[in-house]
Amino acid sequence: MAKYTYPEEKDLQKFVVARYRKAWIWQTLFLGSLLVAIVSLLALLLNVVDGAFGYVAYEFKKDPSTISAKPIEQLTQQELAALLQANLSTGAYKKLNNETPMGERSESDLYGLVLERIIQVDTKATYSLSDSLFRKAEIQAEVAEKYPKARLDFRYWLTPNFLTSPQSSKAEFAGVRTAILGSIWLVLIAVTLALPVGVGAAIYLQEYARKNSINTLIQTNINNLAGVPSIVYGMLGLAIFVRAFEIFTSGAMFGIVDANGRTIMSAGLTMGILVLPLVIINAQEAIKAVPDSIRQAAFGVGATKWQTVWSHILPSALPGILTGSILAMSRAVGETAPLIIVGASTFISQDPSGPFSKFTALPIQIYQWTARAQSEFHNIAAAAILVLLILLLTLNASAILLRNRFQRRY
Amino acid sequence: MNKIIIDSLSLQYSDGTESLRNVSMAIPANQITVLFGPAGGGKSTLLRCLNRLNDLTEVRASKGKILLDGENILDPKTDVIALRRRVGMVFARPVVLPLSIRGNLTYGLELAGETRRSRLDEAVERSLHLAAIWDEVKDRLDEPAVALSGGQQQRVCLARVLALQPEVVLLDEPTSGLDPISTGKVEAALQELKKDYSIILVPHSVQQAARTADHAAFFLQGELVEFRPGQEIFTNPKDKRTEDYVTGRFG
Repeated sequence: MAKYTYPEEKDLQKFVVARYRKAWIWQTLFLGSLLVAIVSLLALLLNVVDGAFGYVAYEFKKDPSTISAKPIEQLTQQELAALLQANLSTGAYKKLNNETPMGERSESDLYGLVLERIIQVDTKATYSLSDSLFRKAEIQAEVAEKYPKARLDFRYWLTPNFLTSPQSSKAEFAGVRTAILGSIWLVLIAVTLALPVGVGAAIYLQEYARKNSINTLIQTNINNLAGVPSIVYGMLGLAIFVRAFEIFTSGAMFGIVDANGRTIMSAGLTMGILVLPLVIINAQEAIKAVPDSIRQAAFGVGATKWQTVWSHILPSALPGILTGSILAMSRAVGETAPLIIVGASTFISQDPSGPFSKFTALPIQIYQWTARAQSEFHNIAAAAILVLLILLLTLNASAILLRNRFQRRY
Repeated sequence: MNKIIIDSLSLQYSDGTESLRNVSMAIPANQITVLFGPAGGGKSTLLRCLNRLNDLTEVRASKGKILLDGENILDPKTDVIALRRRVGMVFARPVVLPLSIRGNLTYGLELAGETRRSRLDEAVERSLHLAAIWDEVKDRLDEPAVALSGGQQQRVCLARVLALQPEVVLLDEPTSGLDPISTGKVEAALQELKKDYSIILVPHSVQQAARTADHAAFFLQGELVEFRPGQEIFTNPKDKRTEDYVTGRFG
């Protein structure tokens, strides 16, 4: 075998060492960037969890032992109702009875009312999870000194009750039900608009459009639209859906009186427009990935363009289209800025009754609670963020599952 | 009798590459006409012109005429769907549709509106016999076609085209991915088929061209160099370039 003369043996050694060193440096840099990403994500998660659990110091305006011999947790539905009648003013009791008769209210509902209206929990201070775990003794001393009458309890702000209660002006009783329902309505309307329109546009661009300058321009614009800041879509929604089409979006067309355009319908349509470019681009990629041989085989046996698209291209592209749509949905769930502009209500305690009602959504609720001065609202904001994160993770996980399940290989 | 007459056909792709330059030839009915030559010679492009599959790619300019039974099929008014039923095509890579074996065969007929079960069953059996695969698949017609071997899939693709009873069958390197035994079966099937069909074949080797050709045309860089009946082109080529290619001096 011929002996290589270049580079010379000693140089070769040097180069090899230098090349290994260079490779090692790059590898370490990449690992470093991965670590930075992981650490910042963990910090974010810890920060949220830190706020969602922890000690609470609170006082009762009226001690439960003075109004009932038994602990109120153990009272029956009738006993709770009697308790309310005995301790509330006649007017207040009548008003409650008019809203929903006492006999029809559930035990937990009445228990909440007793806490809210008679005992009146008054939160004095809240502590984060880390403080609660590591500075327990200090917290106990501090509470004993500052609020001698207060009780100290460990509280999970994220509870089943938190998910099912409507918004309230007291953080202890506030929940995210209204916000979750609002978000679900929003996503439903957005997807109903964006999915058919987006897939249709993608099919046209990919299968029918000729390659000319106008179509190239359209394509470039769609790609750019995906990067337009969401607040711009908010302005668009305000101008078009809230103002120009008010007669439709307020529901006036359908006989709803005394409404304005700041409804779920306006917000949902705005979100639909916002995610439309994402849906189009994802669907285009999915259609592009269908091999040409499938098209030729179908054309070869005399299928029309539409038959080819409908029975071969769409079924093959479906997993990709679905994945893209779910990712677009999770974008719509998390988007805040356009909702503020379109006019989500910040305080609303009634569930949305339909597409033409006023609404709030999870991100709006979080935004509003973090802006409050009382620290207990920051705790429920943290809990609401956890709800939002879990919702988003579920959506993204289902996108991955769908893709893996229906992926077809050629 | 001539089935197809190609009259001074030129074609250019939109990126500027010239694919066919002034090609004229007459393709006889009920014979196997072989188009051969090195890669990039324009054979496949010509094949795709014959059933207008080139409509799918970006073609800038095409000049000339292709007459099928005296009718110019390059006329924009031609119904391409009807044309593709008369001129069927089998591709290099077998593409079975994601359906059962029977479904693959009946798909084209169902698209055309045939719903009678007896007619469909008759077409399935007839075309599978013609493609020399009936014995291998007759007991498993309702299984997915993707489960078949490559050679079987290619014959199912051939049968799928034959089920439509076309007049002309185009084959673009139909055996390039097949083993010698499957190749032999396909070639034998072609010899049977030419009784009823006009066959135009782009073979994947000179040997296959020589084995199968009733007429042979040699293409080089978009140009038809030589077109002669029978085996003459292989035994006694007139053009120097043809001679170099068939004797293996290049290509």
